[in-house]
Amino acid sequence: MGEVIVITSGKGGVGKTTTTANIGTGLALEGKSVVLLDADIGLRNLDVVMGLENRIVYDLVDVVEKTCRLKQGLIKDKRFPNLFLMPAAQTKDKSAVTPEQMMELTKNLAEEFEYVLVDSPAGIEQGFKNAIAGASRSIVVTTPEVSAVRDADRIIGLLEANDLKNPQLLINRIKLEMVKRGDMMNIDDIVDILAIDLLGVVPDDEQIVISTNRGEPAIVDDRSLAGQAYRNIVKRILGDNIPFMSLDTDEGLITKIARVFGFVRK
Amino acid sequence: MDLFKFFGRSGGGSKDIAKDRLQLLLIHDRANVSPQFLEMVRGDLIDVISDYIEIDESGLDIKLTRTKRERDGATVPALVANIPIRKMKEKIR
Repeated sequence: MGEVIVITSGKGGVGKTTTTANIGTGLALEGKSVVLLDADIGLRNLDVVMGLENRIVYDLVDVVEKTCRLKQGLIKDKRFPNLFLMPAAQTKDKSAVTPEQMMELTKNLAEEFEYVLVDSPAGIEQGFKNAIAGASRSIVVTTPEVSAVRDADRIIGLLEANDLKNPQLLINRIKLEMVKRGDMMNIDDIVDILAIDLLGVVPDDEQIVISTNRGEPAIVDDRSLAGQAYRNIVKRILGDNIPFMSLDTDEGLITKIARVFGFVRK
Repeated sequence: MDLFKFFGRSGGGSKDIAKDRLQLLLIHDRANVSPQFLEMVRGDLIDVISDYIEIDESGLDIKLTRTKRERDGATVPALVANIPIRKMKEKIR
């Protein structure tokens, strides 16, 4: 049986879909069999971020309603050895699927794949309930902003109330320069407030925009800082003990890397 | 030497404000405290205290906030009530 991991946040626009795409691709690059499940019915985007939008025939709702077989709802990503996507339906709404149906779907997928990554929609309504229904592990994505951290806190409460204990935190779009001058909450501030385990920190990186433009996850790009952060996160998910990049010290590793690649001015 | 100050940039940035606001916000969010709840506490407090002390009900202010715990300086949620006293009731010693 594979592991079902839900990627969620509460607030929209913090990088759930980008995170799902990168972690999924990273796990596939590590030799795991992976399926990405877009649970954002009506507002699908994971297909676009992955650059697979032109290959959609069937979607999640078709599979759940048994219009097609499970395998027909999967798109194989030919660039990676064992990576598949099940897109969301674009013309239906959240009520097209029930949590029970999602539970069955993720269970069936977990029989075929080592990792089932569920990209959750924003919010705490039906779509969120569907996304977490079959998950046994959860990743909460936030950015270092008051609104995003507040929503993350609410989501953590809801995950724990739904028996998804020990959600892990991914802090996205940290701006090194702003943290340094005290104008952005740092990792310790956020971990201190949310009081859950930290899975990783992804620096703000223009490369993400470029990757999304091209439909190629940044994790495959060696020059991308965010890509490096995602590679570390993938290793942590697989159980490796990878130290966190230091962002606070003047000459932290990431600052050095940033300097090498010209992201930080001297 | 504080280089930030030297170069005319203030050291303590806005992140402390963000953190403070968040911590206060989350106390309310987590406790799921509604105005009705505070109103109920307020009513019961008035009932109990009025047995002993004559208070100025209109000036009573009650809020959920946070405070530093004396023992270790940790920040903990606190229910703070500001209750103006008119006079002590005489039947009580």
